[in-house]
Amino acid sequence: MTVIGISFGNTTSSIAHLAKDGIEVIANPDGERAIPSSLSYIAEDEYHGGQSLAHLVRNPNNVIINFRDSIGQSFDKLDLTLTDRAAKTTQLESGDIGFKIQTSEGESKQISVNEATVRHLENLKHAAVDYLGQQITGVVIAIPTDFTASQKEQLVAASEKAGLQVLQLISEPSAALLAHASIDDKLAEDKTYVVADFGGVRSDAAVISVRGGILTVLATAHDFSLNGDNLDAALADHIAAEFKKKYQTNAKSNPRSIAKLKEASVLARKTLSNVSSATISIEALADGIDFHSSINRLRFEVTCRSVLSQFPAFVESVVKKANLDVLDIDEVLLVGGLSNTPKLASNIADLFPESTVIAAPSLDTKFKNPEELVARGAALQASLLESFSAEEIAESLQPVILNTQHISKAIGLVDAAGQFVTVLKSETTYPIKKSLKLAAPKGQDILITVVEGEHSIKETVIEPTPVSDDEDDEYSDEEPEVVREKIYVPGSKLAELALRDNQSEEVEVTFSINKDGVLSVTAREVKPGCVAFKGEIQHN
Amino acid sequence: MSLPVLPSNFGAENFKATAKFSAPVRRPIEPVGRYFLAHATRSLRGHTWSEYEKIEAEKNVSTVDETNEDADLGDEEQDAALLLHDPREWKTADLYAVLGISHLRWRATEDQLRRAHRKQVLKHHPDKKSAKGGLDQDGFFKIIQKAYETLADPGKRQQFDSVDEGADVLPPSPKSEYDFIEAWTPVFEAEGRFSKKQPVPKLGDMSSPKSEVDAFYSFFYNFDSWRSFEFLDEDVPDDSSNRDHKRYIERKNVAARKKKKTEDNARLVELVKRALSEDPRIKLFKQQEKEEKERKKWEREAGSRAAAEAKAKAEAEAAEAAAKAKAEAEAAKAGAKKNKEAAKAAKKKNKRALRNAAKDNDFFGDAANAEAIENEINFLIDSFDDEQLAEYAAKVNGVDAAAAKAILIEGFKAQTASGKLSASILKYFA
Repeated sequence: MTVIGISFGNTTSSIAHLAKDGIEVIANPDGERAIPSSLSYIAEDEYHGGQSLAHLVRNPNNVIINFRDSIGQSFDKLDLTLTDRAAKTTQLESGDIGFKIQTSEGESKQISVNEATVRHLENLKHAAVDYLGQQITGVVIAIPTDFTASQKEQLVAASEKAGLQVLQLISEPSAALLAHASIDDKLAEDKTYVVADFGGVRSDAAVISVRGGILTVLATAHDFSLNGDNLDAALADHIAAEFKKKYQTNAKSNPRSIAKLKEASVLARKTLSNVSSATISIEALADGIDFHSSINRLRFEVTCRSVLSQFPAFVESVVKKANLDVLDIDEVLLVGGLSNTPKLASNIADLFPESTVIAAPSLDTKFKNPEELVARGAALQASLLESFSAEEIAESLQPVILNTQHISKAIGLVDAAGQFVTVLKSETTYPIKKSLKLAAPKGQDILITVVEGEHSIKETVIEPTPVSDDEDDEYSDEEPEVVREKIYVPGSKLAELALRDNQSEEVEVTFSINKDGVLSVTAREVKPGCVAFKGEIQHN
Repeated sequence: MSLPVLPSNFGAENFKATAKFSAPVRRPIEPVGRYFLAHATRSLRGHTWSEYEKIEAEKNVSTVDETNEDADLGDEEQDAALLLHDPREWKTADLYAVLGISHLRWRATEDQLRRAHRKQVLKHHPDKKSAKGGLDQDGFFKIIQKAYETLADPGKRQQFDSVDEGADVLPPSPKSEYDFIEAWTPVFEAEGRFSKKQPVPKLGDMSSPKSEVDAFYSFFYNFDSWRSFEFLDEDVPDDSSNRDHKRYIERKNVAARKKKKTEDNARLVELVKRALSEDPRIKLFKQQEKEEKERKKWEREAGSRAAAEAKAKAEAEAAEAAAKAKAEAEAAKAGAKKNKEAAKAAKKKNKRALRNAAKDNDFFGDAANAEAIENEINFLIDSFDDEQLAEYAAKVNGVDAAAAKAILIEGFKAQTASGKLSASILKYFA
């Protein structure tokens, strides 16, 4: 009896559960942790995962891929290019959206998107049950933030049909952030994150503020034309060009060659994320000619430059959408298989100041497997929900619990030097309680000024230091560097609190806002049995 | 960080609230993580929510926008002719209209292009068409792909933009009546897209200063255009069967491009020339310049003008004085003549009075000597000067004959005594 978390992607899916020593991602019997979300029907057999994907070369019309986004969608809104290289999405005779598949001579099968989802989830469930040796009592599934109510409904129905009781649907960026921040209990730190999920067929990004351990999504963005398939296509073009140069043969003349190119490109791209050069080996690419070549990382980055350069702009757009500056972002979390690509991570790192942490495998060795983060977060949430009954969970998801008030400006106090000290950051949700200890002169009365923080962005230009021992000093590629800083200054004064006759080295100041929005400020000496000085501030 | 000391004038109160904190924003939180579950449990435990609170919680929630972001692309529909366009002739189609962004054209950003492409792909995918009945309707889809292929590549896009007739704005017809600024601003805006130098100066309005207008025209006279005409090239045959023919076509293309480029440059120069000649501001500036010049001249000549004025004034004064003097002189002359005449008349009168003094008194009873008396009196009169004449005339006036005779004798005596009359000629009065 256990619960699992599932990340259900268009390209791949993952299963995770809470083991004794932390979250563990479950591999399917083929040893895949990122299980391709694919099904294929050939003759009497059904294939799933990587085995199914292997049929793209020989039986592309029997392979179902990229169907997650089609769940509960209307046919008009579907992107049919997603299934161009496999079984085509069409409207079935029943009126549902699905796939018409010819399994063998004269026999055909109609599989709706919902049926495919059920089969896919069943396969995932079997993998989990086989691995754990236990029945699954509940599941948390992560979904994109733009899933509509009807899509959620259809997914829950499909999941129940597959024998998986859905405890909760959570959004993918939140799941990823939960998994990431739960390490070392980083969730308790008040930070603002960008969670960027770069997948096979779409990119999503969200700005999430974490205040007092509570996550609030400030903005989301989706881009369906920014994806791994684009990178693969650029690489495939490169290989095809090389092939043509060598053999004067068009490697993109038939669907099978194109499928082989795609397969080789994916493999090369994944290899190049870890090592600096990869071999490309395709048997009978076109006209029965085998192709062998190698590509290094630099060549790959040059080939895919135009695609890679679009990702930072996308991340910047979501920060703008949240009315924030890149300086406000404390950490960028890169999720999805594409995040393994070193150039992609470094391009995004260039966008942010050096103080911003970029969580990507190529920049931080502690950070591994970005494609598994969502499943890990879902599993974590599932384990947390295990002790709650279904009613309790349903109650907690009511708007009255979810829609909470968030303060719009940072609140803090003024120190002896006249500087603003943040206590509650903006977007802090309440009820909240926060205290901090500050040094204070002994034997005197102390003033605590409560203010709202005003911020501004300061730009300082640092001229490059001229290099004196430079031989060719005619040319210098160093440009003046612009350093941008966010500065907080005390804004409107909310209240003043006096602490009389301080007898200790330190004073503890506590800010707490109750559910009615009353901010109470308490100051006391850090000594047992001391009297506390306090006051209350209302909001507008 | 340490806390400041309480100022001495703080007062006895321990807490002073001066303001309220800014209004909070209601947002949905993410129902994940142990902190959320703790929050939910805390909120739910022993708490029954009133209907009021439930309703309040759903009001004014600032949710993340998940709505359609393609509002800026509009809902442009392709016209029937475009939908039936031959995909082999895709180069002749309006590629922006194909992507449904003919209102944006060269202004469309890469992001907008991407989104527009996706939008059209969702709509015109051949499988969707065939699902609605009818096969082989992928012609337009091919054009969409070609359009995106062309426009997504900055180099190819520039080539297409160069010959994008849909974006050209024709100058107003010279015969029609139009407002200069209104008619020409879009023309130059459209031309400006070809400039290598960006931003391009604006035409401005009627109140633009001269420096701006001049900068505008000099910019367009020295226009550095990236416009090129590769897009209109004749297709170079791909097969290597006839290399000469291929090279011939290539050469032809290069020549055609060059020709078109030259024509385009000439066209722009003509356009700017025409605009310059029509620009009411230029006329205004010219007029202002002229006025300014005159004013300057006026100012510059202030010194000599003052001297001339003074001279003229002096001359006028002199002339006036002269005239006055002349008039005076004439008046004096006239007066003198009159006096003279008067004196003459008086003389005549006096002479007559003296002559008559004898005649009227019957020659003193001595009419026989009348001739002699008259002669002698005439001598006397001739010898008198004007004063004496007047004196004696006055004396003889109205006196009787004897007195008159005595006066005359006295006169004769005085005249002979002074030697003006010789006693020898006197007979009667001797």
